[in-house]
Amino acid sequence: MTESTLESTVDTTAVREVLAQHGRLTVDISTLDVDFDLYGAGLTSLATVGIMLALEDRFEVEFPESMLSRSTFRSVASIAEAVAKLAG
Amino acid sequence: MTTAVTELPATETTAAAPVALNFDELLTRVHAIGREVLAVHANDVDRLARFPAESIEAMKEAQLLSAYVPTEYGGMGLNIVEISRICEALGNYCGSSAMIYAMHCIQVACVVHHAQHSSYFRRYLKQLVEEQRLMASATTEIGTGGDLRSSICAIEVNGDCFTVTKKAPVISYGEYSDDLLLTCRSGPNSPASEQVHVMVRRGEYIAEPLSTWDTMGFRGTCSSGFTVSAHGSTDQILPTPFNDILSLTMHPYSHIVWGALWTGIAADAVNQARAFVRAEARKTPGETPISAIRLAEVDLVLQEMRHNVYGLAREYNELLKGGCPGQIHGFGFSIRTNNLKLSCSQRIVEIVGQALLICGISGYRNDSKFSLSRHLRDAYGAALMVNNDRITKLNATMLLAHREGN
Repeated sequence: MTESTLESTVDTTAVREVLAQHGRLTVDISTLDVDFDLYGAGLTSLATVGIMLALEDRFEVEFPESMLSRSTFRSVASIAEAVAKLAG
Repeated sequence: MTTAVTELPATETTAAAPVALNFDELLTRVHAIGREVLAVHANDVDRLARFPAESIEAMKEAQLLSAYVPTEYGGMGLNIVEISRICEALGNYCGSSAMIYAMHCIQVACVVHHAQHSSYFRRYLKQLVEEQRLMASATTEIGTGGDLRSSICAIEVNGDCFTVTKKAPVISYGEYSDDLLLTCRSGPNSPASEQVHVMVRRGEYIAEPLSTWDTMGFRGTCSSGFTVSAHGSTDQILPTPFNDILSLTMHPYSHIVWGALWTGIAADAVNQARAFVRAEARKTPGETPISAIRLAEVDLVLQEMRHNVYGLAREYNELLKGGCPGQIHGFGFSIRTNNLKLSCSQRIVEIVGQALLICGISGYRNDSKFSLSRHLRDAYGAALMVNNDRITKLNATMLLAHREGN
């Protein structure tokens, strides 16, 4: 997946901003590709709570329990995809 | 997108594999070992804060150290529910021995669940069965504030060999174990959270004492601190990131087997109380002593505690059998696991306290057959080993995201 194919649905810049603020990553998010495994960049399941709350606030969506999985928060692309689905 | 979550191999016994004893017979044998060995030495182990060598030897003779190893390696192939019942049974006789056994089983489970695809660890499992090797754990580290998910020390790999040095504030029975599973960063440049789990073998490490173990309870676990300097072959690094091992195995398995052995300690306290009430009843035939009311009340709490343990043990076993790592990783199961620990560690204090009220001064004495001193001191340790405040805070955070039932 490339940044441009996602652009029409959800702003990955906004996802990156949320990750920068709440991701507690060990790597600078701006250096990571949209498909980079965020768990490999220090993401923990506890940090996904803050990310989820920030995304819900920013995009006015609500994550159902079924989407609170590792696969949802694995990468910038998967997060953008999930938000697009919820906002859709 | 694919999910790269570690697959859990099935831990069920294969139908064709021979099992020497059926489970009920095995449990009867465990109780016999408990009565004839653990209970005989429990007070001495507690008083001297010494390793319960006799207990561990008896467990080895009964092949209990490989109870969780699948039958294809020669182990008993028991599941988590059955292991919990063994821990509970041992807890009836000596809390320290039961805790050592439970901790050993947690390490075995880490290898069984996460390293069977390595030929080194397949060989290790066979060796564990044959030699009944005792496994210990070095997860906490001085400077990380009790957070298992971060390490300061790092493994250094040179060709096929590694070296690592870790300052561990606590290594339960570290002086007496054959092998240690130790956490560290995956390399000198890795972030604190990028950890690997490494097996270090007796003869391949030096342990310099950092602190002693003179505590209120669980005195026989001999959980002193050490600086461990180890070397070995890179085969000894578990082929699964520690993050997954912790979440899929170490976290749920620990809280279930601890809950089970604490239930065993609590049940023994209730048994003492029952014996006391019965003695009272004999003095006044035809009349139910007032202490029997308290016994009825405490028995209810014990039942709740036990059901809580086995409820989660069965759920975990089903998830393992179904190969559902996603659900084990999920907030819902993590929260329930934490709740089990919080609940059991409080119930054990409550139950032993009630049993003490029933036994009165006889329970308070150190030199009485109804003494509950060891039970009470052990009980207070439960809330402190992985501090309940830390666990409650984790649950509070996860509950911000978790929604029941959708």
